[in-house]
Amino acid sequence: MQKFNLYYAWLLLLAVAPFSLQAQVDLFAEKEEPITDIVTATFKTTRVVNGHSIENVGKGILDFRILHRFGQFSDGAYNLFGLDQASIRLGLDYGITKNWMVGIGRSTFEKQYDAFTKIRLLSQTTGGREFPLSLSYAATVIYKSVKNPTTAYVPYQSDRLSYAHQLIIARKFGDYFSFQVTPTYFHYNLVQTQTTPNDFMSVGLASRIRISKRVNLTGEYYYRINKLPNPDYKDALSIGFDIETGGHVFQLHMTNSTGMTERTFIHETTGEWGKGNIRFGFNVSRVFTIVKPKEFRNPAGL
Amino acid sequence: MKQQMTKIAAVVILLVCAQYSQAQKVYATKTGQIAFNASSPIEKIAAINNQTDSKFVGENGQVIFAVLIKGFKFENQLMEDHFNENYMESTKFPKADFKGYITNIKDVNFSKDGSYPVTLDGNLTLHGVTNKVTATGTMKVAGGAPEMEGTFKIKLKDYKVEGLYIGEKIAPEVAITVKCKYQ
Repeated sequence: MQKFNLYYAWLLLLAVAPFSLQAQVDLFAEKEEPITDIVTATFKTTRVVNGHSIENVGKGILDFRILHRFGQFSDGAYNLFGLDQASIRLGLDYGITKNWMVGIGRSTFEKQYDAFTKIRLLSQTTGGREFPLSLSYAATVIYKSVKNPTTAYVPYQSDRLSYAHQLIIARKFGDYFSFQVTPTYFHYNLVQTQTTPNDFMSVGLASRIRISKRVNLTGEYYYRINKLPNPDYKDALSIGFDIETGGHVFQLHMTNSTGMTERTFIHETTGEWGKGNIRFGFNVSRVFTIVKPKEFRNPAGL
Repeated sequence: MKQQMTKIAAVVILLVCAQYSQAQKVYATKTGQIAFNASSPIEKIAAINNQTDSKFVGENGQVIFAVLIKGFKFENQLMEDHFNENYMESTKFPKADFKGYITNIKDVNFSKDGSYPVTLDGNLTLHGVTNKVTATGTMKVAGGAPEMEGTFKIKLKDYKVEGLYIGEKIAPEVAITVKCKYQ
């Protein structure tokens, strides 16, 4: 008899067990997986002032950029404190993928043509799987097309080329502060004298400080580890504001550099802040969507 | 021996019955679509998220939707950045979710193909603020796989989403469209 009871108790338990399990299906109580968040907007746009920032343009986006620098304040009232003069780079940047962009440009300074590619290798993440910084690689080739003065040496076309290789290491410290270090290797195919080296190293330091939702203070400094022998060349220092409007980011800044290519601003900056050789400048960017994100190619109801 | 057989048969039958009555099926998807439209006469502002996580229980209508704010794709990259950085503060509030019930789930017959009107009632958490919302839509059943579609509107100020352009370039009221195909 007792065996019989036990048996039915066991049977009952078996029958009830699935029911009690079933009562536990509660979607609201389900545990949430931690979210890995890729850090975005470390800088507001693809350039800090003259140099590259860690940011890329989005996939399928064409970015038309007008970079403009006036003359130096120290030119005085006759040149309206530099406003009479201009140095310009017109450029087109394009995002091939989310992490890979290319661009071309033409500068008035030395009639330079330049082309670059920038690839995001690592991204800073928070949350589930944390990673402390973002890393990109940028390579630029610059062609100096200005006609040479007639000399005994007739230059090859390749003599006009120079190259920059940059590793861009950046970290966003919360919403209000970002910092970037940019070790740079630069190669000139042709230098002035036989004793001058062709290869140069420098380190760029850049930062962004958020002032308001739409205004950010930026700064950029390139320290040259080895330098061209000309003592007139100084380290490039620029301070600016990134102002976000609906359709674009507008950058206003003060800089001691004339040109806007790596060749010119890193190693051939002639201005000296202490002497007032400061130029007022701005970068205007206008983006065009060339390839729509896949979500929008068949926009039902939108 | 015969008694033994009867016992085993009884156990098997009971277990089978138990399994059948456990028809509390959970329908789920990780690729649902949530889109919103906050366009104004001046500017088109629309985004799509195709990574919506959603589940519902066929038995009692308990339903849940969750999306990552950064998963919303805009046509304009810069607009997407502004959406995340200035309006939704998606670093601080990475996720939005809805937890509630399909109030008339009993009207849906999952074993019969057709289109059934449904009403959803629950709490929407967005930008760190939770509000009650009600949405209407349809549940389409085809071959046992239900597909839920619905729309509802929210006011940005109810969720403390603030910004210069709201009410101007950005509509103060946003239409949200949900489309999820469950398995």
